[in-house]
Amino acid sequence: MQQTIDLDSRMILVCCGTGCLANGSMEVYQALRQQLSTTEVQVKTYTKTTGCNGWCEKGPLVKIMPDDITYCQVKVKDVSEIIAKTLQTGEIINRLLYRDPKTKKRIKSHHEIEFYKKQHKIALRNIGEIDPASIEDYIERDGYKAMGKILSEMTPTQVIEEVIKSGLRGRGGGGFPTGLKWKACADATASPRYVICNGDEGDPGAFMDRSIMEGDPHTVIEGMIICAYAIGASAGYIYVRDEYSLAVKNLAIAINNARSRGYLGQGILGSALSFDIEIVRGGGAFVCGEETALIASIEGNVGEPRDKYVFPTEKGLWGKPTIINNVETWANIPVIINGGAQEFAAVGTEGSKGTKVFSLVGKVNNTGLVEVPMGTTLREIIYDIGGGIQGGRKFKAVQTGGPSGGCIPDTMLDLQVDFDTLTRAGSMMGSGGLIVMDDRTCMVEIARYYVNFLAGESCGKCTPCREGLKALRETLEAICEGKGKVEHLAFMQDIAETMQTASLCALGRTAANPVLSTLNYFRDEYLAHINEGRCPAGVCRDLTEFYIDAELCTGCGLCSKNCPVDGISGEKKEPHVIDQEKCIRCGECVNQCKFNAIKVR
Amino acid sequence: MSANARQVDVEKIVEILDNYPGEKRYIMAMMQDIQGEFKYLPREGLETIASRADVPLSRVYSMATFYKAFSLVPKGRINFKVCDGTACHIKGSNVLIDQIYKHLGIKPGETTADGEFSIETVNCLGACALAPALVANEKVHPKVTSSGIIEIIKSYGGLADATDD
Repeated sequence: MQQTIDLDSRMILVCCGTGCLANGSMEVYQALRQQLSTTEVQVKTYTKTTGCNGWCEKGPLVKIMPDDITYCQVKVKDVSEIIAKTLQTGEIINRLLYRDPKTKKRIKSHHEIEFYKKQHKIALRNIGEIDPASIEDYIERDGYKAMGKILSEMTPTQVIEEVIKSGLRGRGGGGFPTGLKWKACADATASPRYVICNGDEGDPGAFMDRSIMEGDPHTVIEGMIICAYAIGASAGYIYVRDEYSLAVKNLAIAINNARSRGYLGQGILGSALSFDIEIVRGGGAFVCGEETALIASIEGNVGEPRDKYVFPTEKGLWGKPTIINNVETWANIPVIINGGAQEFAAVGTEGSKGTKVFSLVGKVNNTGLVEVPMGTTLREIIYDIGGGIQGGRKFKAVQTGGPSGGCIPDTMLDLQVDFDTLTRAGSMMGSGGLIVMDDRTCMVEIARYYVNFLAGESCGKCTPCREGLKALRETLEAICEGKGKVEHLAFMQDIAETMQTASLCALGRTAANPVLSTLNYFRDEYLAHINEGRCPAGVCRDLTEFYIDAELCTGCGLCSKNCPVDGISGEKKEPHVIDQEKCIRCGECVNQCKFNAIKVR
Repeated sequence: MSANARQVDVEKIVEILDNYPGEKRYIMAMMQDIQGEFKYLPREGLETIASRADVPLSRVYSMATFYKAFSLVPKGRINFKVCDGTACHIKGSNVLIDQIYKHLGIKPGETTADGEFSIETVNCLGACALAPALVANEKVHPKVTSSGIIEIIKSYGGLADATDD
């Protein structure tokens, strides 16, 4: 893959995405650099840090090329062995390889692992393979080739036609056809025009945009340049979420490198196109992911949305025609131009072309980023790629679409995921969070969680959203505390429908989805709270009591050792008992017990 | 050191603001840099921004309170950010918040009286594979358990006189 490297040399790639960094990958990288500088090694070695490989569960990941070896959960103390064995003699260290939980076999390359096998990487094509700070790395993998192609061979209209033909739809959640949006902007009369990258990834549990901005910033820049050419824009803005400091850093380096090569600035590559990009850091407001609110925020205002009777394509930033697309959408653009619309449209479903990146998180074995063709079933994603539910527990629901989405039950696991099927199921694609929930997740409490989140993030401008969320939150809190009444269910349904009809922006119109979908699919769980005064998942504290099943308890003592309040007692090898007076219902004992002996009453 | 006794270095504020043209669209960037330096937005900072950008102080205040990234009160020496993204939530982030309250007596948005610890919740750190995650200043603590949080507090010098009751 790395053409510049001959067989006598080794490239060592250390994943430095957020997950791996938190697990100490930077220390591993530094140890590697330091030890390589002082050790005599037979082969020439190159080291680089990469963006997120997506397989955060097994980090820090270290890949060795061209041998194509992937070491998992590498620690600083493993570095000397990697140098002495793998680099010096080519010996593979078995214990650092991934062990397939089913076959118990060690697997050498990540390409052979189930987690990666079913993936189809377009937006994430470079991440984990390149050093994000190196423009050369990007260029080596066809980077800026699409930009060169449009400037020398294509007219702006042809570029727009190609994007329309590809069938690409906005990856931020709306699913609006990207090419049509560009066309509307190109047809507008006013100028100057602007291009914006929406990197205000606010859905909790979703981090694909962050990974792209951190791991492959040039693809975003190239996508924006192509759009600038197509619609005749002179300036671009990348609006990055406040918490994403590494993304800001890597984007800034990339913009500078692109500028110094003449890819940004006046007369790009000698053409008539002049375009430059500025980074704007967000202020930590979820509603700013909404495009009109984001525009208000760039202009230096509070991020309140406006009614879209005129679209930003006509009147956007500073009242001028503006294209605003999501990070992942931008990452697809160079691929469409290079490979052609037809090739891109060959992947996916009738109405949704290409792939989608999901952040597969929650109670699933392999958490991380996965990119699959549109139309892949939820079952394939959760069980084949994700490796099933943690601890062998029972699947309950998968939540998609962030706070505006809904919870999908096990009866719908064979749903083929695309923009339209998810909407029909009462959820939505959203930006691509897939949060897997098991029998220890309370669906009433999860509805309360999302409503509480949105109540805090509602800008407060329109009444249905502001007051509706408040009323929903109070009602859900009452149910979680055991003060629920059966009438509450119809009351919430009523409020939710009003919010859908009457809210100003998409935040309010979709805010009730978590409530509606849980009411629809998990009504029994609401009724257990209301009528029986119990929380079947053992989450709502006032309605939960844990007890130890004496038949199943082996007396191993793991629960009592991990109980933060010393509330579990018992003799070794004898059934243990929970002191209900002391118990804070944190559920740590349930998580620790290997025999499923701790039950919810 | 109590909050009132803090001396605000006005010269530092001016130095930061000199990096930006006095235009409305840079207000947020100015506030971010000031918060980066002082770990909160001192009143003097907001006033200087307002006069630089030629807008009423109320307008700067409205932005400072609208955007979650900003704090008008000083944070503790150790600031715990408990991630309450969905993945962390379903893996028990609320237990961590309760435990911190139990041991340090502070709820999200509050600082201990001695200025040592503060706690806030954040929506998602994007470290969902490490849920539940907690950040102490810049350090990410992955997969924190309800008993592990006690060790973390201790490692930052808290709970010095705590006994194992």
